Amino acid sequence: MIQAIGSRLFSSLLVIVGSLALVFCIFYLLPGDPVLSMVDPTTVSPEVVENLREQLGLNRPFHERLLAYFGDMLTGDFGRSLVGSEPVLPKILHQVPSTLLLTAASALVAIVVGVTLGVLSAVRKGGIIDLLARIVGLFGISMPTFWSGILLILIFSVQLKWLPAMGSDGFETLILPALALGFVGAGSIVRMVRGSMLDVLNEPFVTTLRAKGLRERLIQIKHVLRNALIPAVTLIGMQIGDMLAGTVIIETVFSRQGIGRILADAIMAKDLPVVQGIVFFTAIVYVGINLLVDLSYAAIDPRIRRKGART
Amino acid sequence: MKTSAGAARRGAWRGRAGLAQAETSVRSGKRLRFASSDILIGLAGIALVFLVLCALFPSWIAPYSPTEMNTAAILQAPSAAHLFGTDYFGRDVFSLIVHGTRDSLLIGASSVIVGVLIGATLGSVAGYVGGRLDAVIMRVMDVLLTVPGILLALTIAAALGPGLRNIVLAIAISSVPGYARVMRGQIMAIRGRGYVFASRAIGAKPSFILTKHVLPNSAAPLLVMATLGLGSSILAGAGLSFLGLGVLKEIPDWGALLSQGRGYLTVAWWICTFPGLAITLFVLSINLIGDRWRDAVDPKRKGRA
Repeated sequence: MIQAIGSRLFSSLLVIVGSLALVFCIFYLLPGDPVLSMVDPTTVSPEVVENLREQLGLNRPFHERLLAYFGDMLTGDFGRSLVGSEPVLPKILHQVPSTLLLTAASALVAIVVGVTLGVLSAVRKGGIIDLLARIVGLFGISMPTFWSGILLILIFSVQLKWLPAMGSDGFETLILPALALGFVGAGSIVRMVRGSMLDVLNEPFVTTLRAKGLRERLIQIKHVLRNALIPAVTLIGMQIGDMLAGTVIIETVFSRQGIGRILADAIMAKDLPVVQGIVFFTAIVYVGINLLVDLSYAAIDPRIRRKGART
Repeated sequence: MKTSAGAARRGAWRGRAGLAQAETSVRSGKRLRFASSDILIGLAGIALVFLVLCALFPSWIAPYSPTEMNTAAILQAPSAAHLFGTDYFGRDVFSLIVHGTRDSLLIGASSVIVGVLIGATLGSVAGYVGGRLDAVIMRVMDVLLTVPGILLALTIAAALGPGLRNIVLAIAISSVPGYARVMRGQIMAIRGRGYVFASRAIGAKPSFILTKHVLPNSAAPLLVMATLGLGSSILAGAGLSFLGLGVLKEIPDWGALLSQGRGYLTVAWWICTFPGLAITLFVLSINLIGDRWRDAVDPKRKGRA
């Protein structure tokens, strides 16, 4: 078991290194000169541009830059913002709690709504809850988050004046963005849970359990849900990552503080070190969540526990 | 008396559970449910046809020019003259949406096509050749998958700058790993089938086997995935242009229109509401049709509908 966790940790580390290299490559391979986005070439002499390039190490070959970049990352040096020239790492870390809080609240909404509706709709197939689940599922994956966010603002802030439309202080400001972001996740989770519950309900072992005279409720919760949970948990992990990324849009819509908002601003300003830092941070969280998901398989399914590792 | 008998019967049904329940749902519910979902699919089809017409012939459908500014009709609420109201320049929101369809559809469709072409090629090569090449390709795909799709698209779009081509490329690249994985799985499954062995045994060339046997049989799941992917590509494109990375033109696409209307939320709800409705309607129709198609293609999903 410990060995299995160790090997998972190692491969997660490799994946993080890979995603670091990926982000670096995107900015290295794709056209666009960061120096020219910092200074205006028509007003500044070519020597200044060349000096700046030298200073930032942009004229060195690819492998040297990649190694220097990895070295900087290892020592916690994420560079400085091209706009305010403040160090990137503290700038990001300062805003991380707000974004993680929003992601966690959205994940809660998505999981509670998604799993509950998914299970109930599979158990009562064809009923009213099933219809509701299908509507949530379809609209959840079809509505853009920024639009559901704006609709929530229009209804609950502009019309009813119940909740604030913007800001990031206090619990009230968290509700609407978490609902908007969580609804998307809920849509995918409902679809997945409903589908895999129905699949498991058709398995022969369920018929056996019924033949044995077990109560239907017990079969549904203890046997069917547990078996249906593995694909759902995989999806939930991916959805949490998507929700973390979705904060870029939602924090902009609700004018909330957070790394998503910083990212949106940095993208507009072509502030590449900040973009790299945030994408890197998100990749770490994403990989961390997927690691937890893999480990949770063992908690859910004793067969995996017995085998020791799931490769 | 009657109700208690009904309750008892329902209790009995539940007691007998599985088989009985399955039977009733098939017998009594099937015809009705098929009818209602057929109507839905029909509506989705009509919506799609209408939107495609909007994309092809916007000036036939839009009652006003999208660039025509009418200072006498600024921020007017929806009315008979202006179905979806007017914006702060006095432009007709309905006409703006109709004219914005083309770019939204173009971004979605081209990024799916590019993504599927690259993804399917990489996936088939990885699946059919196998070995070290397979390992290299799939590890690269794994790395691409470690960054959430929208974030990857954002990063690429930020590096490339705004513009239709760049947005398409950004969304396409972020969707490649998904298509590559599905294609590889399909190819590997079909590679081991009896008819492929038989074909090889009678001396068919690998290229013949690949194009005549493997690809046609693996196409269906990929096409279904591409259909559902069209919906998410349109959403991603709208999201990018909402953030200001879209096609910067005089006529805004849906995402940009929505973002422009954000400043007027308290005075003009219609500027934001209707473009969002257009996006949702479009994606919803695609998803409905994609779901139905997937259920038809995948025999395992038969029991779910």
